[in-house]
Amino acid sequence: MLIDIFERKKRRWKNLRDVRKKNSEKNKLMISARMRISMVCDNGEFKEIDVNLKSNNPINFPDYDEKRKELKDKYFLKDAFVSAVGKIDGRKVVIGSFDTRFLMGSMGTVVGEKIARLAIMAQKEKLPLIIFSASGGARMQEGLFSLMQMAKTTAAINGFKKKGGLFISVLTHPTTGGVSASFASLGDIIIAEPNALICFAGPRVIKQTIGQDLPKGFQRSEFLLEHGMIDLIVKREDMKDTLSNILKLHDVKRKMA
Amino acid sequence: MNSYDKLLSARDINRPNIDYYIHELFEDFIEFHGDRLYKDDKALVGGVGLFHGLPVTVIGHRKGHNINENVSCNFGMASPEGYRKAVRLMREAEKFKRPVITFVDTPGAYPGIEAESNGQSNAIAESIACMCDLKTPIISIITGEGSSGGAIAIATADKVYMLEMSVYSILSPEGFASIMYKDVSLAPKACDIMKITADELYELGLVDGVIKEDENMVKRIDNIILCDLKILLKKNEETLIKERFEKYRYIDAEVFC
Repeated sequence: MLIDIFERKKRRWKNLRDVRKKNSEKNKLMISARMRISMVCDNGEFKEIDVNLKSNNPINFPDYDEKRKELKDKYFLKDAFVSAVGKIDGRKVVIGSFDTRFLMGSMGTVVGEKIARLAIMAQKEKLPLIIFSASGGARMQEGLFSLMQMAKTTAAINGFKKKGGLFISVLTHPTTGGVSASFASLGDIIIAEPNALICFAGPRVIKQTIGQDLPKGFQRSEFLLEHGMIDLIVKREDMKDTLSNILKLHDVKRKMA
Repeated sequence: MNSYDKLLSARDINRPNIDYYIHELFEDFIEFHGDRLYKDDKALVGGVGLFHGLPVTVIGHRKGHNINENVSCNFGMASPEGYRKAVRLMREAEKFKRPVITFVDTPGAYPGIEAESNGQSNAIAESIACMCDLKTPIISIITGEGSSGGAIAIATADKVYMLEMSVYSILSPEGFASIMYKDVSLAPKACDIMKITADELYELGLVDGVIKEDENMVKRIDNIILCDLKILLKKNEETLIKERFEKYRYIDAEVFC
């Protein structure tokens, strides 16, 4: 009897350990926006801007206000995107990141507005723009307003690029739907973290549509690299150095010796 | 008629498709093909015709009126090659100073393996970006279903109209119900919450007008395009781009607090 209880306890602890390990590995692919920005900025320091930008409930979606308040209290985030200005190895940059803890990083009006403002600021100050994307796609709770963000963000970033601006798009896990199919795919340089899910339609929808299993590694960073969709795969610990190097290579003030 | 009835009407297989509008509105139309990279997408039509004597480029999704037609045009679900064809034809229109008229009717961009690996996200993003800085007037009409990124890829226009019974949404109500309520049969409820009908979206300021569907519908469309082009063609390129940018920059201005 005692042995049974002992075995059961042992099994339960093992299951808990496995679940924790799985979760921690899963969570390694996703980190908070502020953590992500601080990891690439000098001394981990950056100045956050547009902190208090909020929207009303554009299509009167049930429980949307309550949900947002809950997330604000829990994560000190008013929406799924953090905008900032910082320095990478002494070079000033305009930098933004999605935060998947807030409604899966979905893009609604506030996210779109923050991104548009970042691009406009980068254009005005003649600074490079870096955006870390991580998103489940367009925000359902804001209906067609969310789809319009695809046009709004693309217009702003396209305008910035056309005026000579450098836009580095970093795709992290997951970058999907309306985010993937708008500004995130328009980087002058597109970097992905290893093994990130990057797609327009998600794997489940594709599997349902075609009624077949998907190829191994389908829609992961490595697959995208092979199919010519991204420039580089960079591990998180190497991200700052890589970005710094790219910024150096785009420094128009450099002259031939 | 409630919003679910309108959804079913928008998807009705007997609803006029792009071939009807091309026949009724334009003369001497020639359909062009191919993306010059890989393939010709039968789900996305493009070509040049005369509108009241003026050469215009016409682009749109093609749906069929029976199962055979639908299979051959993939039910109006475009792939990257379709959006790349659209971009190619829009740049030609820009070069020859032809306005672009688009007709939107799609259940969404095709969620297939090849579509993803050939860069569906990239193709949609580039199509939106192309429309953002296209130096020629663009008018879009949602004639049936405007679903998700696959729709806005060819609807980032100076003026966007919806036919009375058409719908425009960030994803299908079935997809919404499946994600939000884990129950696809709640699609009618989703329709109400999402705000997908022409009247609702006009009220929210997301589309520029609603076109009544009766025996005078074609005449109405003809008149709207004529009046809009008279105004848009008077604007110089810089003003046109600036106003289009501002349209999307401030399309959701009222939601911020």
